[in-house]
Amino acid sequence: MNMPSKSYPVTDSSAERLPETKDPALKLRARKTLLWFKQPGALLSLPALFIFVAGFIGPLGLVVIYSFMPERSFAFNQLPTLENFVTIFQEGYYISYAWSVWLALLSTLILIVICWPVAYGLSRIFRRSMILTLLLVLPLFVSENVRLFGWVLTLLNHGILDGTTRTLFGWELPDMLYNAPVTVLGMVYVYLPFMLFPMSLGISMVPDSCREAAFDMGATRWQVFKEVELPLAMPGIMIGCLLSFVLVLGSISEAKILGGQSIIMISHDIETAFTYAQNWPLGSALSTLLILLTAVLVIGLLSRLNLDNLLSRK
Amino acid sequence: MTESILELRNVEKYFGDFVAVERINLEVKKGEFFTIVGPSGSGKTTMIRMLVGMDKPSRGDILMSGERVNDVPANRRPTCMVFQSLALFPHKTVGENIEFPLKLRGETKNNRKTRAIELLEQLHLSEAYYAKKVSECSGGEKQRVALARALAFDPEILFFDEPLSALDYRLRKTLEKELKDIQRRTGKTFVYITHSLEEAMVMSDRISIMRDGRIVQIGTPDEIYNKPANSFVAQFMGEVNQFNVTRQEDARFLDTDTQDSYVGPPGADLESGILIVRPERIQILAEGEAADTEIAGTVQNQYVLGSRVQYEVKVKKRSLLVETMIGDEWNVGESVRLGWNSDQAFLLAR
Repeated sequence: MNMPSKSYPVTDSSAERLPETKDPALKLRARKTLLWFKQPGALLSLPALFIFVAGFIGPLGLVVIYSFMPERSFAFNQLPTLENFVTIFQEGYYISYAWSVWLALLSTLILIVICWPVAYGLSRIFRRSMILTLLLVLPLFVSENVRLFGWVLTLLNHGILDGTTRTLFGWELPDMLYNAPVTVLGMVYVYLPFMLFPMSLGISMVPDSCREAAFDMGATRWQVFKEVELPLAMPGIMIGCLLSFVLVLGSISEAKILGGQSIIMISHDIETAFTYAQNWPLGSALSTLLILLTAVLVIGLLSRLNLDNLLSRK
Repeated sequence: MTESILELRNVEKYFGDFVAVERINLEVKKGEFFTIVGPSGSGKTTMIRMLVGMDKPSRGDILMSGERVNDVPANRRPTCMVFQSLALFPHKTVGENIEFPLKLRGETKNNRKTRAIELLEQLHLSEAYYAKKVSECSGGEKQRVALARALAFDPEILFFDEPLSALDYRLRKTLEKELKDIQRRTGKTFVYITHSLEEAMVMSDRISIMRDGRIVQIGTPDEIYNKPANSFVAQFMGEVNQFNVTRQEDARFLDTDTQDSYVGPPGADLESGILIVRPERIQILAEGEAADTEIAGTVQNQYVLGSRVQYEVKVKKRSLLVETMIGDEWNVGESVRLGWNSDQAFLLAR
């Protein structure tokens, strides 16, 4: 395509700088392209656009294409087939999906309950306390796996907890590791900040005067919570739910390290397919399904959460 | 005498060492439009927060219909407040906002809706507003919705915390009159807080003026205007002319700044003080006219205020403000005689 090699002025009319062309249709196209580039920010967006396409859309496209390739193949120039998806439904992979979704739901629910009082205090009472926020953020600086192994050492038989009670009181604690509850504990622990901070932002968006007005009109503490605080903090809560749900859905370390493979989550199946099994197409098909599942849930949630509407308050 | 619905006895409020409100005594009668006026920082917001039950007085008693309510929280008081920010719930429709107090009381949906539409009508809003979002309403409409919500609560006393301060002048004037009208129709007790004495004058049956946490004067608008308790009150209403004076002989007072002599107001019993004359009480005397006190000056500036014209007249080293009806014309630079009769001035303690 012909484009002037000099700089593109933003305000000048484009016509005079166009190269000479006889074909009017080509001229029109050239003008349109030029106009697009002349928009403020269009050129500046190119690097970001490139990274987005090459690093995000590209790999995602590859995964989708791979999911339609024959089993155990490493090339994607073959005839597309649905055999991977058939395998998924025949070999009981849906159990892993179900575990992932169930644990994601459960962790999110537990996180809502745990985080509300903490977020409330964080945004209302300790508003100026940097130390508290720092304490809550600090664990994020340590690798997730390291923190999970910390839990393993604590909960292990003859570990920190069990060992201490044995020496001090002679009590033997029951096995605490390698089951579903401890997996959930790990997830709640790791993803707590992702619920806490959006939620606390949501609560800080509730105007004090609305709270007071409701109270003034005779609302009890519970009614203020139900009628004013909860609905007004909803954007924050929703974003927190979204983050923690999606993160738990794709998590792998908690189930492996704390759960000791007592639960097989879908991310684990995907990893196995790509590594031990060397079955890229199956792994891709599993990933594609997971992405679809997440997209349906997330888009469903986002469409109900009209951010514009919620933010055009007052 | 009608019974008093709200009574404050020696109410004080401290925040640490800071005295926000000091020894407040006042009584509001049932069905009265009572306004508390004061500049910012005068303690009026602290006052209203104590009255609705969001703060407790440090000392003294608040009585409602004769009962002490110091320790009754806001949600158990039969009062309701229209907030400065209005505090409408942004996630609810106009209808849901108005119905809110009824919903808390467990009224059925039908009853709630009937009442909400009744109130909308009463406040000159069409039924179409019922389903509207709060964000779709203009400033004046939001005011009406907030008032409707408060009326739905059906409080014994309705408090207002400067709800009109954010509106433009004309809308404010309209709503002031509407508010007064609603108060008269519903017969409810309104306690209104504002920093504008002008606003208070329009609406109130009685006005209480606060300064630095104390009440300076309580009275009807007429009393406040014509018999201000001190120069603070006199100045609060708007621009006034002030003279520092001491008694010269009998009814004559000497201006200590300019050595001019004025005839004091009849019955003045102070030996010295501040003589106050409002701009509209000073006349520019035409040929042949006379007044008790006459001084000469030069017109320095002329401001047209609408139906009236304000002149800044230089008298010796100082300027006086004079207001006349539009139509009388004096030119800038012209020498004029100013005059006022003794009963147009008042003498206040310094």
